[in-house]
Amino acid sequence: MSEIRATSIKERKIKQHGFDLAFDIIIKVLSVLIIILVMYPLIYVLSASLSNPLAITRGQVWLFPKQFTLEAYKSVFGNSKILSGYKNTILITGVATLINLAMTTICAYPLSRKDLWGRNVITIFITFTMFFSAGMIPNYLLIRNLGLLNSHWSLILPGAISVYNMLIMRNYFQNSIPDEIIEASTIDGCSNIQILLRVVIPLSKSIYAVLLIFYAVGHWNSYFDAMVYLSSEAKYPLQLILRNFLLESTQIKDDLGLTATIAEASLSYVSLQYAIIVVSSLPLVIAYPFMQKYFTKGVMIGAVKG
Amino acid sequence: MLKSKKSNRVTGSVLTRKQRAKTAKRSLIKYWDLYLLLIPVLIFFIVFKYRPIAELIMAFKNYKFNLGAWNSPWANSFGFGHFIRFFKNAYFKEIVWNTFSLSALNLIFGFPIPIILALIMNELTNKRFKNTLQMVTYAPHFISTVILVAIMEAMLSPSTGVINQFISALGNEPIYFFGTPSWFKPMYIISGIWQNAGYKSIVFLATLSNIDPQHIEAAKIDGANRFHVMRYITIPAIIPTAVILLIMDAGKVMNVGFEKAFLMQNDMNVRVSEVISTYVYRSGIEGAQFSYAAAVGLFNSVINVILLILVNKISKKLTETSLW
Repeated sequence: MSEIRATSIKERKIKQHGFDLAFDIIIKVLSVLIIILVMYPLIYVLSASLSNPLAITRGQVWLFPKQFTLEAYKSVFGNSKILSGYKNTILITGVATLINLAMTTICAYPLSRKDLWGRNVITIFITFTMFFSAGMIPNYLLIRNLGLLNSHWSLILPGAISVYNMLIMRNYFQNSIPDEIIEASTIDGCSNIQILLRVVIPLSKSIYAVLLIFYAVGHWNSYFDAMVYLSSEAKYPLQLILRNFLLESTQIKDDLGLTATIAEASLSYVSLQYAIIVVSSLPLVIAYPFMQKYFTKGVMIGAVKG
Repeated sequence: MLKSKKSNRVTGSVLTRKQRAKTAKRSLIKYWDLYLLLIPVLIFFIVFKYRPIAELIMAFKNYKFNLGAWNSPWANSFGFGHFIRFFKNAYFKEIVWNTFSLSALNLIFGFPIPIILALIMNELTNKRFKNTLQMVTYAPHFISTVILVAIMEAMLSPSTGVINQFISALGNEPIYFFGTPSWFKPMYIISGIWQNAGYKSIVFLATLSNIDPQHIEAAKIDGANRFHVMRYITIPAIIPTAVILLIMDAGKVMNVGFEKAFLMQNDMNVRVSEVISTYVYRSGIEGAQFSYAAAVGLFNSVINVILLILVNKISKKLTETSLW
């Protein structure tokens, strides 16, 4: 009797094991498929940027570069507009992100102190703007009335604080920094600002990394404000230069100062567009492996609790 | 930014006016420097957020540059002239429908994918494999909209794009994706999934990592295979989070972002790609009809706020979770 039961359990275990093995294989196959689907456009763009444009138009490039050449990159880096766009984007991203972090800190830190009188009213006043904003037209007229049109400040000041990011920082200050440390520092004679500089910020490096990524990536990738507010091309950030390059392909010949025939110009344009895509996302691609950990953390802090 | 009903409620102790004044005074003395820090913050919100909101009054006026929002003359029909003009516009229904259908379809097709992705990631036992999958699927989130659309234009080009080369190699006619209105929505949705599914799966994956491994062990001892574990433990664990996020997303259904729709738009697909935000840009910034465009924008914002409040109420009832 007991023998029979033992074998049936054993049989069931084997069946269970076999099923799990099949399940495991399905999951792995799906994963590989997803990786290929997500990676393919990225790999293709990279390969095409390194290929002879003729090979691209003939459909010979589908995974690896064909007739390897760096011509496209030479024209990208030889192009003064792209270089000026790069310079502007680095400048804007750097200054704007610094201002973002400073402003977010001076907003989040006072609001993280639970016994600050008026804290709730101020928080409501600020978070209201997350749900209701004036929209495109009043914002445009504001920039115009402030005399910021065609100035880089028009890209920096209106977004000085993201309420969402501010709440992430405030929650971190509130939940991850023990009240005892702050009390002890107060007893030791630290002022509130000294506590911020010497205790709170050093203990919150990871959240600063998270917000640095959120803000910097946002600035690096934005084009809309620049398109609306800036008028002189010398001030354009990279994304706007890119957009104009890629979407107004007819002008490409003049922009590059090519004296070639239209056919040749459009041919070189084929690989050029891929090179521009690669060059403009390069800094993020290089930084990505370092960012990923903090990025994941930030998304989780943001989602779990408001 | 979700908030559980029970947590974070400040206990409403009843204080007399005198006591309240006393706590206020004590707080002002203790935190005078922090109040100073908040001054630039409040100035920022007043100048850059509240002033434009107040100037939305221009939606009810005929905005003149030299007069400003406050002193410009009122619009006809008791100030509602611009709204009426928009409702009577031949394209009104089309624009509203485009906005709604684009984001509704985006939600229907885009919502389940991150959940499936998180379930797959959760089932991967090999840690390095799991990390690779995460790393790869999160990456497109960092690509800008400009580049995303550029990649699409390049790969889907009828003459030089790799997708069409593949289609022709199979003996079919190449498809001009960007010139065919019926392809606009699929392209918008699929590229959105490609870009954001990984990023959106993070929250679900976090929920799954909170499952007590003892439950799974117990189920396995009882003879459950991994499919059973997924069906009876993992998926039920993910449902509450999914419901909340779905409700919240439904509240944003009339809120289609400007950037991608605008970049993907051209003369050939404009009848399906014109959404409220691109229409505001076109009529306001390009057409300089500031009051009219502000009215259209305000109409959209009001609908968004109503939807948000509605959805928040539903969420509160169903799941005891709300935004405020």
